Amino acid sequence: MNTPIRRLALLVFTMFTALLLSTSWIQFVQADDLRQLPQNRRTLLDTYSRDRGAILVEGNAIADSQPTDDDLRWIRTYPQGELYGHVTGYYSFTYGAGAGLERAMSSVLAGTDDSLFYRRVVDLVTGTTPTGAAVETTVDPQVQAAAAAALGDRRGAVVALDPRTGAVLAMVSHPSYDPNSLASHNLGAVEDAWEALNADPTRPLVNRTIAGDLYPPGSTFKLVVAAAALESGEFAPDSLLEGPQTYTLPGTSTDLPNFEGGTCGPTDEVSLADSIRVSCNTSMAWLAGQMGTEALDDQSQAFGFEQDIEVPMPVTPSVYPEDADAAQLALTGIGQYDVRVTPLQVAMVSAAIANGGEVMQPYLVQTVRDGDLDVIDETDPSRLSRAVSATTAQELTDMMVDVVDNGSGRAAAIPGVPVAGKTGTAEFGTSGAAHAWFTGFAPADDPQIAVAVVVESASEDWTGESGGRVAAPVGRDVLQSGVQR
Amino acid sequence: MSTVTDVRPPTGRTTELLLLVFAIAIVLLAYANVGLSTSGSLPVGLVAHGVGFLVVTVAFHLVIRYRARYADPLLLPIATLLNGLGLVMIHRIDIGTGSGAATRQLIWTAVSIAVAAGVLWLVHDHRVLRRYTFTAMALGFVLLLLPMLPVVGLEINGSRLWISLFGFTFQPGEIAKIALTVFFAGYLVQTRDALSLVGTRVLGLQLPRGRDLGPILAAWGLSVLILVAQRDLGSSLLFFGLFVAMLYLATERISWVVIGLALFAGGAYIAWRLFSHVQTRVDLWLDPFAPGLSDQVARGVMGMAHGGLFGTGLGEGYPYETYFANSDYIVASFAEELGLVGIFAMIMLFALLVERGLRTAIGAREGFGKLLAAGLSFSIALQCFVVIGGITRVIPLTGLTTPFLSAGGSSLLANWIIVALLLRISDHARRPVSERPVEPVRRAEQPVGGGT
Repeated sequence: MNTPIRRLALLVFTMFTALLLSTSWIQFVQADDLRQLPQNRRTLLDTYSRDRGAILVEGNAIADSQPTDDDLRWIRTYPQGELYGHVTGYYSFTYGAGAGLERAMSSVLAGTDDSLFYRRVVDLVTGTTPTGAAVETTVDPQVQAAAAAALGDRRGAVVALDPRTGAVLAMVSHPSYDPNSLASHNLGAVEDAWEALNADPTRPLVNRTIAGDLYPPGSTFKLVVAAAALESGEFAPDSLLEGPQTYTLPGTSTDLPNFEGGTCGPTDEVSLADSIRVSCNTSMAWLAGQMGTEALDDQSQAFGFEQDIEVPMPVTPSVYPEDADAAQLALTGIGQYDVRVTPLQVAMVSAAIANGGEVMQPYLVQTVRDGDLDVIDETDPSRLSRAVSATTAQELTDMMVDVVDNGSGRAAAIPGVPVAGKTGTAEFGTSGAAHAWFTGFAPADDPQIAVAVVVESASEDWTGESGGRVAAPVGRDVLQSGVQR
Repeated sequence: MSTVTDVRPPTGRTTELLLLVFAIAIVLLAYANVGLSTSGSLPVGLVAHGVGFLVVTVAFHLVIRYRARYADPLLLPIATLLNGLGLVMIHRIDIGTGSGAATRQLIWTAVSIAVAAGVLWLVHDHRVLRRYTFTAMALGFVLLLLPMLPVVGLEINGSRLWISLFGFTFQPGEIAKIALTVFFAGYLVQTRDALSLVGTRVLGLQLPRGRDLGPILAAWGLSVLILVAQRDLGSSLLFFGLFVAMLYLATERISWVVIGLALFAGGAYIAWRLFSHVQTRVDLWLDPFAPGLSDQVARGVMGMAHGGLFGTGLGEGYPYETYFANSDYIVASFAEELGLVGIFAMIMLFALLVERGLRTAIGAREGFGKLLAAGLSFSIALQCFVVIGGITRVIPLTGLTTPFLSAGGSSLLANWIIVALLLRISDHARRPVSERPVEPVRRAEQPVGGGT
């Protein structure tokens, strides 16, 4: 009878092996997926059972956890509410860690990130209740406040960068929302607020600076075209371009006018510098045709287009169309057709010009500190790419100073401070509505802050050059708040 | 023991005592761990419970030393460790839910170990049990059918498995499992020749005669009855699987396994067609997250995932978020708090326990002992497979207790009696010839030799 007992033992061995495999499958292979399931209450209870780290601006909390008496033990509060709504994101029991740093830095704030492993081991040994890490942002509260005030009730976005490091000084997207409304423990009210925010046609939950629908850049893209032209060596700031009153798009009978149907100069030829100063459409469309798709695409990418950037929130890549025909290529020269950008990308273009041609990796998190305020992680500025040579950067700077001193961007001038800038008015759709753009930096001879401003639907018709009228004053306020430090 | 001055083979009793102390140390560490993580202080009863547990198990060890000195030294420490860890987890879930199951389980532990010691003391030779083959059958059937009686029968969660007497609830099916194993072993030893040698060969399979099909059909009928009348898939599967396995052991005929599997497949298919609760189980097995169905399986699986590789640590997880966290789903609770590492260790403990039982069966010197030891061991293995496999989606969830771990006195009592019987058989199997007692049974049949 021993042979069948041995065979039975083999069956028993197989049965237990099956159990080892099935437990491994659930607890190792599938574990992460199962933990992410929305109906997994354990994951939620887990994150609420500990003190989530604060998000700080110059040492003051813009997101903080307060102990409560109810089951969830901690409530998330946002002392500045709407002002930092798109920086913090929200942390909701029902809807999870959504948007902003709450989402991008969630595991660090919760204290579960791999980088905090040694800290947790210490907590385990000493018996300390584990807490989340605090995140100190790069945001300058004065610049942030100035940007929010200057934008006011209008829809749009403002991004300010320190061109030397890539640090984000301001990130404002209007309309904003109050994250407290989603962090409340009154779950019914949270649900109502959530539904109202999602139903709102102005889409307050969307962070327009990095993740909204991309915008056409309008004339701000002329900086990229000019950069490509100067880098090619075939053009200098005083090179003459064909700049008639209207430019017939190649291969079509469509005429492209200048704003208000005007001319760019006394003759049909206009210099590159003057084209930028007065934001001449016809000459820049002609120049785009001369440069070609490949050169413009390469130059765009050198400024950061088409790259996956995380600040640490993921930034939607800006795009330059590679399939344009001759007429469409000409339109890309003035930032129309299918060129699409985020305001952050436009700010990066100005910042690169300000920084001698080098694009710095933009970042929003300066330091991560554990419960004892020891620094766990600190962001070192890093170079993303070289967009243009230092010479080209200086030539572009001079042209941009001319824009503010004598051209379309006069409204951005700050008394006593040289300001470099570029306006834009981006037509979208067929209704003739346009977004107003301004981008620039200051002081032009010692750049401390670069900015991009977009104000949505600032112009109801094709005739007004609204970038200089609407967006440039916002840019001025932001730049001023940054250089007065 | 004093093996140096003696030519007797080692009894393993010192090993047993050392492992026993080690097992209790692990249990107390886990108990202290729960206290520290849930209330920040050591449990009040740590010393009292520890001493009590030590006294009871060491007393059992002394009974073994006196009455079964050659018994397998691993069985008691493994059972003690599993029982102790089960107690800790039940206590831990009590803290989470505010129930008081641990105290009841503690009393049942003491009672079970005492009864097991009593069985070991009284049953001096397991072959005595063979005299009671048909008594065991009658006892087994009566116990199985008791819950269906009015007044004493009790239905919980849609299954009618319990009886209620004087305020105590009891699951007689657990004891019936042992009685029926004794019956199967006694009956099959008697009839194995008829069942294995007679019959015609068809397609390489030795088919039994029609009239010899009686017993397997009876066992199948009983399983179906349990399934239909008591709505207990798990027990039904357990009894039938156990019977087919023992039939195979006794006859060495694969044809019985084929017939058994065919009957099982037919029965399972019909049950699936006829009963909605069986269909639900199958649907949940295929997709535990299917909307509109119970989230019982899903919660267990999510709990296990929450534990991951190393677990949350005792007292740090949310095992009570799973239904039946301290009974049918206690394995998921362990998996959550001790992690994959911990549950591997526990599955290995079960595997080791079963392996020691099967080794006892191989070592046993007569057919009844072999069949009984192998049957009892296999019943533990099958029960582990059915319940853990149900939780981890190897098979549809059926609902059985996990031996030694789950809250429930009848299960604990039954499993400790199984340990006592295995100890008794292993003592007999390992005992040197010179010390072997004369067989107490009337020599009706020729003792069956070891190898085949």
